[in-house]
Amino acid sequence: MRKENTSIFIQGLRDGVPIGLGYLAVAFSLGITAKNSGLNAFQGFLASLFTIASAGEYAAFRVIATRGGYLMMALMILVANCRYLLMSCALAQRVSPGMRFIHRFGIGAFITDEIFAVSIARPGYLKPAYTYGAAAASVLPWAAGTALGVIAGNILPDIVVSALSVAIYGMFLAIIIPPAKKDRVVLGIIPVSFALSAGLRYAFPGLNENIRVMGLTVLISVCAALLFPVKEQEEPAEAPEGEVCRE
Amino acid sequence: MNNPYIYILIMAAVSFLIRVLPLTLIRRPVRNRFIRSFLYYVPYVTLSVMTVPAMIEATGSPLAGGLALLCGVFAAWKGAKLLPVALICCAVALLTQLIL
Repeated sequence: MRKENTSIFIQGLRDGVPIGLGYLAVAFSLGITAKNSGLNAFQGFLASLFTIASAGEYAAFRVIATRGGYLMMALMILVANCRYLLMSCALAQRVSPGMRFIHRFGIGAFITDEIFAVSIARPGYLKPAYTYGAAAASVLPWAAGTALGVIAGNILPDIVVSALSVAIYGMFLAIIIPPAKKDRVVLGIIPVSFALSAGLRYAFPGLNENIRVMGLTVLISVCAALLFPVKEQEEPAEAPEGEVCRE
Repeated sequence: MNNPYIYILIMAAVSFLIRVLPLTLIRRPVRNRFIRSFLYYVPYVTLSVMTVPAMIEATGSPLAGGLALLCGVFAAWKGAKLLPVALICCAVALLTQLIL
């Protein structure tokens, strides 16, 4: 049994290496955001090690940058990471019913878009050793990349740092644009979201950024869900493909 | 002044609960169509509202940020992957600022 777990762990490790390489690059640009919000490299490392979420961490770093309250931080993480609720539900269907709680916690703790994707693709019941292997190869590069981004942000010239600070938005675009080509509702939602967000920002310059992002996310998503409910047969865990790259 | 370590603790704790609670509590698929639709749209909407207008304001110059946004949308539409799109945006932002 132990030998079998070792070999499953190694399979996870192998699948986790390319994920980790992609994470390194994304986390680097996230580190620039962390640096701009006033965190040091160690704090960036810790935040990434324990949060493991690009959009979620970006939103959280903006809360720190704007000196939002602790409740705001909790709500922001809840909104930005709420798709992990769905992934967790989906994984719940794929683990052995008798799986111990400690392993349910363990698998859940490492849900990211990529680790979820490789885990859910496994045949049969998901073995915790597999997810642990994938996480072992990818979570440390994620945290280290963030720390490197903070350090680079501190030593590179201002003009380069300001250019690098758009990288994270470029990654967001690469996540939301490709699905828009296949789903007309998403295609419509993106410009509407852009316009409402920019419109609110310039109409009410004093409006808190976090409240704007959170309020619009809930409002637009509720409207879209009411007007364009997803089809019945679709898989419950429909996430944008590859929030963090997989190259 | 809020403590960065308390922020990090909240980030970690809330993320952990979101990931772990369904796996430990809910043992059945989410059937409610409204909830599933809502959760399906949330990532696209939240990433969109976080990108605009923040990207335009990210550099010192709205022109550099705006051009980076347009080029990023175009590159992603043309099928460029995550890292290339990010690099294109950075390059456009850097060049625009250098020329200005």
